[in-house]
Amino acid sequence: MMRRRTLADREDVLAGAMLAPALGYVILLVGVPFVLAIVLSFSNATAGSLRFGWAGLRNYAAILADPIFLRALRNSAVVTVGSQVLVVILATAAAQVFRATFHGKRLARFVLLLPWAVPVSLAAIAWTWIFDSTFSVINWTLKAAGLLHGWLYWLGEPALALVAIIIVQAWRILPFATVIVLAGLSSIPQEIVEAAIVDGAGFWRRLFQVELPLLLPVVAVAVLFGVVYTATDLGVVYILTGGGPANTTHVLPTLAFQRGILGADLGQGAAIAVFLLPFLVVVAVTMLRLARRAEVGAR
Amino acid sequence: MTRRDVRRALKRTGLYAAALGFMLFAGFPFYWMLITAFKQNRDLYVGASDLSHVPWIFNDPPTLEHVRLLFGQTDFPRWVLNTLVVVVAVVAITVAVAVPAGYSLARLAGRWGERMGMGIFFTYLIPPTLLFVPFSRLISLLGLQNSLGSLILIYPTMTIPFCTWLVMGFLRSVPWEIEEQAMIDGYSRLAVILKVAPRLIVPGILTVVVFTFTLVMQEFVYALTFISSVEKMTVSLGVPIALVRGDVYHWGALMAAALFTSIPLAVVYNLFIDRFIQGFTMGAVKG
Repeated sequence: MMRRRTLADREDVLAGAMLAPALGYVILLVGVPFVLAIVLSFSNATAGSLRFGWAGLRNYAAILADPIFLRALRNSAVVTVGSQVLVVILATAAAQVFRATFHGKRLARFVLLLPWAVPVSLAAIAWTWIFDSTFSVINWTLKAAGLLHGWLYWLGEPALALVAIIIVQAWRILPFATVIVLAGLSSIPQEIVEAAIVDGAGFWRRLFQVELPLLLPVVAVAVLFGVVYTATDLGVVYILTGGGPANTTHVLPTLAFQRGILGADLGQGAAIAVFLLPFLVVVAVTMLRLARRAEVGAR
Repeated sequence: MTRRDVRRALKRTGLYAAALGFMLFAGFPFYWMLITAFKQNRDLYVGASDLSHVPWIFNDPPTLEHVRLLFGQTDFPRWVLNTLVVVVAVVAITVAVAVPAGYSLARLAGRWGERMGMGIFFTYLIPPTLLFVPFSRLISLLGLQNSLGSLILIYPTMTIPFCTWLVMGFLRSVPWEIEEQAMIDGYSRLAVILKVAPRLIVPGILTVVVFTFTLVMQEFVYALTFISSVEKMTVSLGVPIALVRGDVYHWGALMAAALFTSIPLAVVYNLFIDRFIQGFTMGAVKG
């Protein structure tokens, strides 16, 4: 305490200096491109030239009149909602299983977490092989069990391909959601559960009337990340179907890639990607609300 | 047996059946990678309508022919090398940028630290699929198209926000007293940061390294957008895009590549999963 206070003791200066690189990175390489993404969607930019002009709402008018885009928008919604409904049901069930103790639980947990660790693109290529039109093991198994008499062209028929995409997305998000719900379950005060048991509540009543309501914020977090991961994912659809057959299974990211990068129409690609924003705004707002509630609860 | 015993036995059976079901769903593609990677071609390519040929097992002895093809005659080893180069560079950038930022938000910034931290975290939610169009232009302006440099520059935009948040959360659980004591002992604030804090943050840094490693291994969108030549690809891009020769899928080699990439990631993930989860749940789960 005898030392003179110097610049090395100024917390505000140090705080700024240590934060500056991170802020700079985020502003320059996330903030600026984000604004640019929106600006480009109102421009006639192409990949070949560096200059571009104002196109007003022309890109938006073009895609809104385009049945392929409307189909992609619908597919994005269907895949996101479908996979998340599946994930919530399965994750709640899986969390009930994995909170119990049983032999081989460590191994079971390891296997359950595998889909989260594997790179999306490699998982998608494995599923492409599983859904193969000639060699699909699913078809063999269904046929061998006597459940299938015709043939399922998993990635060759639009409706079936969407089902396949939903399965893969749910498979990919399930470990993450399960672990989050488990973390939520373990944070429910034991007294509350015990009180419910003393009051004579059985398993189902305990689940639906005591635990699930308390779990709601945690399940919400799992769903929100699930929505972000599914709605904005390019890899699964790109590899599984490439948007085919006949552009029927595109989602927003794959169509934006096809038009913006492969087709070199940056303006239209950007306009398509902008339609991801509503998904993200909903997620961000809900996250903020949850965080505020947690803050209030902590006081 | 009493009725209670029967009910209990039924419950246990149900539990094991459910656990097995989840394992089957989650693990099936990995089993399929494994069995495909080591099957002989004549065992592999039998149409699924032939019910007498069971695809779930090895009908012929396993073979290493696909693994040899993968490592000897494809660019897979090259992609592994490229991925490692990108991993090392991105880890270095992320640690250098995110760790001081996390420290600053947790220890120095005071009340606005939390808000700021959340602001930075939210940028993690802005997905690559929204940014790849402007980035494709920025990258060509910088002359970085089709180079590993483009990935090294852009990947930190995904790792820095999440890792800053991780470090900030981690430091909250480290008691402030050790640093305080050092200051009472006559260290300047800067000296505490340089000499005392690093030792305290080591586990946090380790989490940052692991998160960055897994993210770089998994990233696909930016790699697909920026990289066009086969010898510049990373594993997650090269395997699904360039291992397919013409129209011919070498499924054995493809699945071997997927398998060998997944194993190290799965092991690492299993060790660090709880740390990541704390980052994701923010305030929604306490404890």
